[in-house]
Amino acid sequence: MRFTLNGLPVETNAHPMARLLDVLREEQRLTGTKEGCGEGECGACTVLVDGQSVCSCLVPVAQVEGARVTTIEGLHGTHPLQKLFMDEVGAQCGICTPGMVLAALALEDNPVPTLDDVRTALAGNLCRCTGYSAIYRAVLKWRAEADSGPHAAPEQASARHK
Amino acid sequence: MPVTAVGQSVSRKDGIGKATGAAKYADDLTWPGMLHGRTIRSTVPRGRIRAVLFDFDTTGFTIVDHADVPGSNMVDLIERDQPLLAVHEVRHVGEPILLLAHEDKEVLHAARVLVEYEELPPLLDPEGSEQTFKTITIDKGDAAAMAGADLVVEGTYQTGHQEHIYIEPNGVIAVPEDGGITVHGSIQCPFYALKALKALLGPDIPARVVQTETGGGFGGKEEFPSIPAGHAALLAHKSGRPVKIIYDRVEDMVSTTKRHPSIVRHRTGVKRDGTLVAMEVEVILDGGAYVTLSPVVLSRGCIHAAGPYRCDNIRIEGRAVFTNTPPNGAFRGFGAPQTEFAVEVQMERVAEALGMDPVEFRRKNALRAGDTTATGQVLREDCSALAVLDEAVRRTEFARKRTEYEGTDRAIGLSLFYHGAGFTGSGERYLKSRARLEVTPTGVRIATGSTEIGQGTRTMHAQIVADALGVPYESVEVAQPDTKHVVDSGPTVASRTCMVVGKILEECAVEMRSELGKLSPAEYFAKHGAMTVERMYEPPDWIRWDDATYRGDAYATYGWGCDVVELEVDPDTFDVRLLEVTAVQEFGRPIHPALARGQIEGGTVQGLGYALLERVVMRNGAMANAQLTNYTIPTTLDVPEIDVVMLENPYPGGPFGAKGLGELPMDGPAPAVVNALRHLGHDIRAIPATPEMIAASPVAART
Repeated sequence: MRFTLNGLPVETNAHPMARLLDVLREEQRLTGTKEGCGEGECGACTVLVDGQSVCSCLVPVAQVEGARVTTIEGLHGTHPLQKLFMDEVGAQCGICTPGMVLAALALEDNPVPTLDDVRTALAGNLCRCTGYSAIYRAVLKWRAEADSGPHAAPEQASARHK
Repeated sequence: MPVTAVGQSVSRKDGIGKATGAAKYADDLTWPGMLHGRTIRSTVPRGRIRAVLFDFDTTGFTIVDHADVPGSNMVDLIERDQPLLAVHEVRHVGEPILLLAHEDKEVLHAARVLVEYEELPPLLDPEGSEQTFKTITIDKGDAAAMAGADLVVEGTYQTGHQEHIYIEPNGVIAVPEDGGITVHGSIQCPFYALKALKALLGPDIPARVVQTETGGGFGGKEEFPSIPAGHAALLAHKSGRPVKIIYDRVEDMVSTTKRHPSIVRHRTGVKRDGTLVAMEVEVILDGGAYVTLSPVVLSRGCIHAAGPYRCDNIRIEGRAVFTNTPPNGAFRGFGAPQTEFAVEVQMERVAEALGMDPVEFRRKNALRAGDTTATGQVLREDCSALAVLDEAVRRTEFARKRTEYEGTDRAIGLSLFYHGAGFTGSGERYLKSRARLEVTPTGVRIATGSTEIGQGTRTMHAQIVADALGVPYESVEVAQPDTKHVVDSGPTVASRTCMVVGKILEECAVEMRSELGKLSPAEYFAKHGAMTVERMYEPPDWIRWDDATYRGDAYATYGWGCDVVELEVDPDTFDVRLLEVTAVQEFGRPIHPALARGQIEGGTVQGLGYALLERVVMRNGAMANAQLTNYTIPTTLDVPEIDVVMLENPYPGGPFGAKGLGELPMDGPAPAVVNALRHLGHDIRAIPATPEMIAASPVAART
């Protein structure tokens, strides 16, 4: 079975019903994707499949055959949102942060999201440390800077098109 | 000395690792030859173990029971009453009985172990429990003065369990090395775990504990990790191989500690003019099946039980009792959220009974500098009860809204609260916490046992050292807590990491500066080589505390808060929609304003969950809703942004004027929510106030 992982083709011999989360963490050794509940409630295992955010604990790996999977490692630490999460203290303990960042990328096509847009985009991701406000500040600042920054557009698009 | 880092929201010392996924949490680590460990637990709340039967092929398994313990089988905490592995009897659902390890996780989890019990009737009602872990009595003046009151108001208040829901469940890896065992794990207090491991492993097997990146704690990884750390160590010792134990969410919720449920009874006597005459408070905490930290949780709960109010005659009687339920333990606030919920709803009802405005009633009775608390502590200038109340009322236009919302589905309520920083009474003196600073080739390194669990320990400590030493913040490193390489700074709990450990570091830095003369640390290293400075904490010399009578200075200082909650209740579904939440808090001076704001926002939201959503359903001594699907914590759609106000009132005993902060925000939200519901006419005396409870609550006519 093949799929594209962070821009590179991969082949897996995992059982088709193996959780995508386990294939990523144990077989591919990409541990940035976290397990918080194993039932799709917390969103810590969020990854992008063909640009859509999903809980990788609920997805059998068979379902991503031929698809493009992006994990937090696929952003290469260069996405402006990653730095903003640290600068705005949107990350405290950090365990929800990779999933939050990926879920927030859903707002990439929304040049001027409202606070309600941000809350809706992140409603599937739990954070127990921040009370979410600092996360909103990080995401809104990212969109505001992307809106005004000349180099922002190609960089933002990186997650989707790798 | 110019201050350049303190008071600034400098970049976190965590770097970018948390946002890139590079930071390594317990489950992200592997060792060659590593096994996975699993805990077989009791499925009955009380019983004698008749037999343990293996219904699987045991080839390739490491199996450990109580007979494999080289040292003592009892968790070394306040009392040594809790077995690491049950011997003959079990006292709660989820009690560990047997340990299995195997290199293949699937094979491990497929193994069937049958435990036969002689079941015994469990004790599940704390009020019916005659087995008491701890009793406390606090007496001030003479509560018999109640007889002279114009009005006496009585009330009983209840709070439920609360689950920590750190997003990273408990996890540890025990690794045999150098003839001993090293445990790496998601641990708030490495030296607590070390003490427990030493007792468990005995004198011949050296132990060491290393904290991994920790995905939230909130008290849930304070004392509890001694158990999984001990289990992994036993499996590693027997197998000679590294063993990883990671709880899944269900196991974590069923088996680990929670916030103590409480029953608090109040009798309050007042004069017609609103003067408090006497207060009687009875506090009952459900400790669960073993002592854990219940005596200290009860202590903090009782000390805060009369609220931030001046009253000459107070009697507080508390007890923590045994039940056949999983032991409860530390959780942010540590007893105070329970008792402050009760007293703040009681005060609202007293004001109502007097026909007084709730703000005026609180303003009249709020503690001021020079007043004495329930334990007889005379408050100093660091008392800010009135300041936070006045600012919250002004900022939210409380009086106007209170009137305007009459007759609508909207309401507004508030709570006034305080929280003692650091260990209670003589606790900091007994702890003898230490901190160390080391000169390195590039700057200085902080070597303490204080853990980063998200709250910003690394960053805030580095800021304090940078400014006290007069070096750039960037040149200060922070060592990962590893009991082999850092000193015991006391546990990372009790709102003490900034105020207490930060203070020791400040003193280390001042001493180091005098050794360095005009040299930078790097210049000193190049010229003279390594240098370390280590100091021990000295609490303020004026603190007097008597453990026998519960009289004296309970805490060196207190943080103060006033929360205002505006909400709407759907008239058909009784769903509560939070509209505005304002948190005004005074905690000395923020070292890092953005981190401090994060503590207030996060703690307030945990408190809002406690108030409205987070209901642990216990069925025959077991948590029946041990999943995030049906134990719900606040999501982005459940809470508004929190309007945070940080009032400054520098505390001379803390580093750069800082007091403790971590727990304070947890105390206020629940009573503010319930007082807002009361404004709407709903007489709620228990939390969580679920829609079902609100629907069933007696509705008073709105005045």
